[in-house]
Amino acid sequence: MSSRDAILGRIRRSLGASGSDAPRLAAVRHRLAETPVNVVPARGQLPSAERIDLFVRKAGEVFATVVRLGGRDDIPAAVAAYLRDRNLPQAIRRGDDRRLADLPWEREAQLAVTTGPSDGSDLVGLSHADAGVAETGTVVLTSGPDNPTTINFLPDHHIVVVDASTVAGDYETVWADLRRRFGAGVMPRTVNLVTGPSRSADIEETLLLGAHGPRSLHILVVG
Amino acid sequence: MSGGLTSLSFPKNAHAALANPPLLKAIAHIEETLVSGRRRAAEALPEFEALRDAGRDIKAHTLAHLDLYLEAFERKVVEAGGFVHWAADAADANRIILDICQKAGARRVTKGKSMITEEVGLNAYLQANGIAPVETDLGEYIIQLRGETPSHIIAPAVHVNKEQVAADFRRVHTDLDPKRNLDEPTSLLAEARGVLRERFLSADVGITGANFLVAETGSTVIVTNEGNGDLTQILPKTHIVLASIEKVVPTLEDVATIMRLLARSATGQEMSVYTTFSTGPRRAGDPDGPEAFHVVLLDNGRSAMLGSEFEDMLRCIRCGACINHCPVYRSVGGHAYGSVYPGPMGSVLTPSLQGLEKSAHLANASTLCGRCESVCPMRIPLPKMLRHWREKEFERHLTPKKARFGLAAWRFLAARPRLYGLATRLGAWGLARLAGRDGALRQVPLAGGWTRWRDLPAPEGGTFRTEWAKRGRK
Amino acid sequence: MTTPKPRVALFVTCLVDFFRPTVGFSAVKLLEDAGCEVSVPAGQTCCGQPAYNSGDRAGARALAEQVIALFEGFDQVVVPSGSCAGMIKTHYPDLFSGEPNWRLRAEALADKTHELTSFLVDVLGVAPLPVTFEGTATYHDSCSGLRELGVKDQPRRLLSAVDGLTIKEMHDPEACCGFGGAFCVKYDEISNAIVDRKVADVRTTGAELLLAGDLGCLLNIAGKLKREGSSVEVRHVAEVLAGMTNGPAIGETRK
Repeated sequence: MSSRDAILGRIRRSLGASGSDAPRLAAVRHRLAETPVNVVPARGQLPSAERIDLFVRKAGEVFATVVRLGGRDDIPAAVAAYLRDRNLPQAIRRGDDRRLADLPWEREAQLAVTTGPSDGSDLVGLSHADAGVAETGTVVLTSGPDNPTTINFLPDHHIVVVDASTVAGDYETVWADLRRRFGAGVMPRTVNLVTGPSRSADIEETLLLGAHGPRSLHILVVG
Repeated sequence: MSGGLTSLSFPKNAHAALANPPLLKAIAHIEETLVSGRRRAAEALPEFEALRDAGRDIKAHTLAHLDLYLEAFERKVVEAGGFVHWAADAADANRIILDICQKAGARRVTKGKSMITEEVGLNAYLQANGIAPVETDLGEYIIQLRGETPSHIIAPAVHVNKEQVAADFRRVHTDLDPKRNLDEPTSLLAEARGVLRERFLSADVGITGANFLVAETGSTVIVTNEGNGDLTQILPKTHIVLASIEKVVPTLEDVATIMRLLARSATGQEMSVYTTFSTGPRRAGDPDGPEAFHVVLLDNGRSAMLGSEFEDMLRCIRCGACINHCPVYRSVGGHAYGSVYPGPMGSVLTPSLQGLEKSAHLANASTLCGRCESVCPMRIPLPKMLRHWREKEFERHLTPKKARFGLAAWRFLAARPRLYGLATRLGAWGLARLAGRDGALRQVPLAGGWTRWRDLPAPEGGTFRTEWAKRGRK
Repeated sequence: MTTPKPRVALFVTCLVDFFRPTVGFSAVKLLEDAGCEVSVPAGQTCCGQPAYNSGDRAGARALAEQVIALFEGFDQVVVPSGSCAGMIKTHYPDLFSGEPNWRLRAEALADKTHELTSFLVDVLGVAPLPVTFEGTATYHDSCSGLRELGVKDQPRRLLSAVDGLTIKEMHDPEACCGFGGAFCVKYDEISNAIVDRKVADVRTTGAELLLAGDLGCLLNIAGKLKREGSSVEVRHVAEVLAGMTNGPAIGETRK
């Protein structure tokens, strides 16, 4: 008997249940298909403007910095300003995502923009989030041909663009949106929920930022 | 175990821990960080108690349908192009993982923080087979350099101070400039980050655990603060996830609910920094991510816990809240337990994993104060289960003879009220006389465990029952 | 028309019986002042908790049967101890799972069994007769009373009515004192480390008196304070509420 059958058999024996019991199968099928929502905190259930304010405040609480921009065309200048403020070279790496590619980068003549996955040599990465979650100031990033995951983790600084209209009150709203875009039960290869910059408290429980991932997380909220 | 400590030598281990001031200082710190953090986070979320109920219900539902959710999870992993392996025990899991590593031609392996790999002893096994695993969580890395095991499930190096870390880095990092200042945690972190960055980039295989397995999507989920788990799993060509079977939950909604409890209970954060869902290997056109994705599902005694008085333990999400709030853990730290999992959750789980005979003391080394249960996000009745283990010990005559004799004598006496009355009257009178005017005794025959540390307040004299009878009352 | 007095049985507990009869008399006074007709059934010994917590289910069960038979005829059962009350209230029914008749009797007893301060506040809802106690005290929440029975505000509410008494809270009044029944002698060194922290917390309040509702904890904390030569006195909360504080405090020199 394979380990698989042995384990499943032991589970069924311990539960005193069968793998072909119709009510059990129905209960599981129902839950997986209906994906019922459990308890959702009231905190994020706000009208749009307040929800975005909450997102900004919560992201700040976990040491992310946030800038609000009027429109997408302001992104290149905001990126360049961030680099200047931090005394960083005018260079970023980003994916080929259309939402980032179709921006007026030419306005920042000094800014060197490279694309594709990071090999660890980049100081600054730029990504576009699929959503924000107001309840905890979290950004949601999904992988794909134009959205390398390495950019989220290898550079020292991570700049993330979030469209204000995608800031949800809670995670459940984001899941519903993922199902709508990718299909029920289908996930992008990687979904990253990022809440602040990398941190560690492993040495004498002293909180330090920038453990292995980015030392700083800078969020541009557009709109 | 660390320094060869076992659960059988718990009192000796505890004695050594209590004579280790730097250790005690480090553990004392948990109060201001993790304990007060949890309290603040729980108070800041009005739905926290309702979430605990929901979390418990999710796990209870899942465990009742565990076979079916595991099959559903497996189907979705395979659909996404991944492989699922089933491991009955630790040896199985190690063999499967070694085999994957060897087929991938791996020599260097990075690891995300994972208690389950500690449970199966994966590092030693890989090492013995010519593969060098590198721990990448800062705390895990530190204890790996020290040749130790974690003393806490979420803060593995909580027992180590920064001077010790600096000494370890100087000993092991041979390229390190001797003049480099390593006095502060920031410089230690920078040093580790630099060394480990190179390890991440050169690893052939990355091994992580999982906080959740999602049946709905076939995703494995890891929750970290450092980002080391992500670098472990996205950079090498092969990603192996080792997870125990009870980690499966039905849906993303269920993950969201438990996620809201996990970090708050563990560190007081509302959300850990990185919560990452991985579903299969990299897809067509993806510029990065692992080319192969393996999930190893480990049983190791868990299926036998289902349907038993220990089933509720399978709801555990390894947040460590019970450990942080345990007066015993807070006195002696994690290594004294001599088991992979310390504190209340460890004392309940360990006898299931290593057998009751090898776990003597664990269930008994508790005041049953109940604080663990009061903070457990999954509402696991830990004291009740510690008591169940004591019952099993008693049934199997593993309880020490002296204690059995004492219990039998007490039971004999307490079941005979007249004799009991006489004995207590004599005893109270005798002790009161022995104390004289002092009111407390510094030494009492047969009560050395008590009077070694504290006085024994003397009885007032007559027992209540005799005094009551003297007043002619009923 | 007068309502008949509730017939209340006092389960005095083995520790109070042996070490501190004053607590029993204080409890009787508080109950009688509150209009109860108090009985102390002869033949009461131990609730079975030591056996239960040591894994000796059969031993615990035998004593539970004895307690049930002795106390089930009363309207209410009051216990000046959270852990013994908790034993009867939350653990007795569990001892008789699978035996419907005994289980029903255990549940019936559980329903009418109460920890003393909780009985005064939650059941009777009466204020004790006014008493005076000059000084500052700190209150330790004993684990079983707190976490099994929810005893937290009741003793504090009653103490707030004591004339002249100021309560200074510890940093962590809910932390275990390290007693734990047999634990304190089986793992005496760890128990000592725990009570050490408790005593340190007591000290930082500057209170002159430590109060609690469970004699096990009180003996442990008093014993530690005495060993350290501390001047902090230790009493059961009932003694202060009943105004029975003329005799020496727990472990204190007799005058």
